[in-house]
Amino acid sequence: MTGWWWGRVPVHQRIAFLAMAAFFLAAPAVIYPVFLMKVMCFALFASAFNLLLGYVGLLSFGHAMFLGMAGYTAAHAAKVWGLTPELAILAGTAVSCALGFLSGLIAIRRQGIYFAMITLALAQMVYFFCVQVPFTHGEDGIQAVPRGRLFGLIDLTDVGAMYATVFVIFISGFLLIYRIIHSPFGQVLKAIRENEARAKSVGYDTDRYKLLAYVLSAALSGLAGATNAMVFQLAALNAVHWTMSGEVVLMTLVGGLGTVFGPVVGALVVLAMENYLAQLGAWVTIAQGVIFVVCVLTFRRGIVGELGRFLKKSL
Amino acid sequence: MSELFGVPTQALFGQLLIGLINGSFYALLSLGLAVIFGLLNIINFAHGAQYMMGAFCAWFLLHKLGLNYWWALVIAPVAVGATGMVIERLMLSRLYKLDHIYGLLLTFGLALIIQGLFRHEFGSTGLPYAMPKALEGGQNLGFMFLPNYRAWVIVASITICLGTWLMIEKTKLGSYLRAATENPQLTQAFGVNVPRMVTLTYGFGVGLAALAGVMAAPIYSVNPLMGEHLIIVVFAVVVIGGMGSIMGSIITGFVLGLVEGFTKVFYPEASNTVIFIIMAIVLMIRPAGLFGTQK
Repeated sequence: MTGWWWGRVPVHQRIAFLAMAAFFLAAPAVIYPVFLMKVMCFALFASAFNLLLGYVGLLSFGHAMFLGMAGYTAAHAAKVWGLTPELAILAGTAVSCALGFLSGLIAIRRQGIYFAMITLALAQMVYFFCVQVPFTHGEDGIQAVPRGRLFGLIDLTDVGAMYATVFVIFISGFLLIYRIIHSPFGQVLKAIRENEARAKSVGYDTDRYKLLAYVLSAALSGLAGATNAMVFQLAALNAVHWTMSGEVVLMTLVGGLGTVFGPVVGALVVLAMENYLAQLGAWVTIAQGVIFVVCVLTFRRGIVGELGRFLKKSL
Repeated sequence: MSELFGVPTQALFGQLLIGLINGSFYALLSLGLAVIFGLLNIINFAHGAQYMMGAFCAWFLLHKLGLNYWWALVIAPVAVGATGMVIERLMLSRLYKLDHIYGLLLTFGLALIIQGLFRHEFGSTGLPYAMPKALEGGQNLGFMFLPNYRAWVIVASITICLGTWLMIEKTKLGSYLRAATENPQLTQAFGVNVPRMVTLTYGFGVGLAALAGVMAAPIYSVNPLMGEHLIIVVFAVVVIGGMGSIMGSIITGFVLGLVEGFTKVFYPEASNTVIFIIMAIVLMIRPAGLFGTQK
């Protein structure tokens, strides 16, 4: 954390980062820890999604496939193969990475709304795959996944240990995404977002950059999905369903497209709302729809985007 | 029992008929999407929800007002189309200057709201809708039994698709539409009221979805989630066909319905995914789609 690149992070972003880390360290004292672990998993998921939408300008409507497939893989690896949790999570991440490469090869052939429709269709294909193959156990999902012992040593059935593990995974993933965005590679991605033809004309092979960004986003989404499956000891169909793809779009939009901290705030807000409205059934869907409409019509910068504009800082 | 390709002909033609029925709906819905996209540059994610609204509208007319199927065929598209025009005026019209993805996100939100409201009101189980009296029964064609209603759906949707195509390609009104699609500023300069045309076009596309919903009501049960999966398949159909051509989306819709029917006979495990697989292959070979032109 110290050393050469922490020094280059602007002061306000350092403060925001420390505030975020402090929040997730202190909050278990007052908020139900399992809910916070879910927030961290989805914050990582939304940040990975934002890497693609906010920094390359590619709207994927199929990110549930990475979250879900990684969850299934990790759950299967831990339960059936008896792998330790870190290896199970790694396996899930690897599968999403591979899936990202394959689907990316197809999806990046079109831009804009076609890209959204293609990723949605590919994710629906993965959904049907998950409904049909036996290892996912269809409607039941993979239940009672053992959390096991981290590195064979630390017992993760202990809430504190599990929380610390999720925290470390979330922070590492978040910092990796931050690093990607601010690397020379990230600058090229932003150039593609602003004007792809121009980026191409100055000699960048934009398809390769887009594919790499897509694969990174897929792998990090997989990391989030695998961790989430270990927390809830469950991998189920709802994680691969298209509504999940919509939910991550909503989180990113609410928090702020193309902001570093926006997806984290968005995940917290959207999940808190869902938690609050959970007993009301269809109202969750209606509320999500209303938020979508309101955000698109009047609040396109999102919470963190508006805050950043108010403070005249990029967050 | 005669066989064809090792499959009983009854089963083969039965599945092909189902495929053709599905293809009719793919064609009607992708046609509506293509017309809307052409002028508004918006992918109407609410199309599946509006299709569902059409079916519910037919159910309401029958059970609350006592108006039969034939009335529903006229009233539902107009009513649902009118809600579409309101949406266009109040919301979509604010987004034309922005990136196209905002239109997609807005209509996605609308789809969630519409589906959520109907699910809240009617639950997830379907409501039955009786077949119109005049179309009950069927014909024995010798090699298969053809229910009258299914024959009607196929004939009606082909007629509607061709009618729409003729209207767009061969009439004065259609030429305005094509001109506005090509260059809205210039068309406006020639005295055509383009914003009004945009509103009517959106209403027309939505009306087509509602019409498909009415036709679907006697076949599938009327259900708040009936458009949910369908719209994703139709997106894949649209990607395969490419959105440049109206006729392209009609043909692609019917052909893919048939392909799906064939798959159900010979390899049922893949019948849910075959359209998506075809989409992937088409994208590898011809990214602009079979009938599309890359912009």
